[in-house]
Amino acid sequence: MRIAIALLSFVIAAAHAAGTATPTSATTRAPTPAAGAATPHAQTLKAGVFDPPRLAPDFALQGTDGADLKMSRHRGKVVLLAFGYSSCQAVCPTTLATFAEARRRLGAAAAANVQVIYVTVDPDRDDPAHLKSYLANFDSTFLGGTGTPDQLAKVRTAYGITAEKVPAGDSYSYSHSSFTYLIDRAGKIRALMPYGHNPQDYVHDLTILLGE
Amino acid sequence: MSVRPRSVILPICAAALVAGVAWAAFAPLTTPSHDHVFEIPKGTWARRMAGNKVEILPNRIHLTLGLRDILVLRNRDDVPQTFGPMLIMPGQTFRLPFERSAEYNFACTAHASGQMIIVVDPNPDTPWAKVRWRALELLHLRG
Repeated sequence: MRIAIALLSFVIAAAHAAGTATPTSATTRAPTPAAGAATPHAQTLKAGVFDPPRLAPDFALQGTDGADLKMSRHRGKVVLLAFGYSSCQAVCPTTLATFAEARRRLGAAAAANVQVIYVTVDPDRDDPAHLKSYLANFDSTFLGGTGTPDQLAKVRTAYGITAEKVPAGDSYSYSHSSFTYLIDRAGKIRALMPYGHNPQDYVHDLTILLGE
Repeated sequence: MSVRPRSVILPICAAALVAGVAWAAFAPLTTPSHDHVFEIPKGTWARRMAGNKVEILPNRIHLTLGLRDILVLRNRDDVPQTFGPMLIMPGQTFRLPFERSAEYNFACTAHASGQMIIVVDPNPDTPWAKVRWRALELLHLRG
């Protein structure tokens, strides 16, 4: 009899579990639809969405165009903000090539309203002139930013960016955050695109943000 | 003529078990939400400042494409929190959808390994995969 009851309990429990995920101690699964739900429009982005979005912290760095690089100067455009360094062998070239291809696919009119900003984590090697020539390999409209180590560290803190110097023989590299922020025309950090997304995903999200 | 209860109940249970497994293998999988939510509760920063170790995010998270494929990070504390690789403001929620099954590595200073790994499993579309998925859900073994 006990075996029979145990078998029946398993079947009933399995049936119950099938349609409804239950909470665990570490996670809260299957929240009510209202709990923390982002707006339906925001859900359509391929990138991860912040809800509510916060204003992108402003900064003043040395820009590769000879002027101060300020986030607030680019209100009215959609900004792709990434952090890296020109000697990066893996992440940065891929990310910047992806941005360039996404802008190309958007077409000139739309791309004119998209600004790529690339802030270095390696001020010792990335002076404005070097950064400018590096970025021009991808797209001459890309803007780079550099500054003192202290200035750049403050910007990284404000944006939750990590960058750790890693010795490599006589030289060094950096382990750094590889994601990209998508900042809307109002200057708000709307979304974060993890490394590895393809140009079409950027085109998808930029089209939505440009259409707002 | 008398029928012993054991001789009747056992076959019924066996049939029910077979039916249950068959159902688990072939019935469509559904979840009421695609969200897998992790939340920083209010007071977390204060507890950390008091010297308590507060672990919220495991360093390996499992998602399933088409069923639970949106990672949701929510900060209910009063101060900004670095949650995995993301800086999330008080009261802010971050929702990251996944469209491809793969293993994703994120730099994360909150973990000793320096990494947070998100494994997005393919949609369980075979009978065995469905049974396995349901069993893991039932036993709360999915991360």
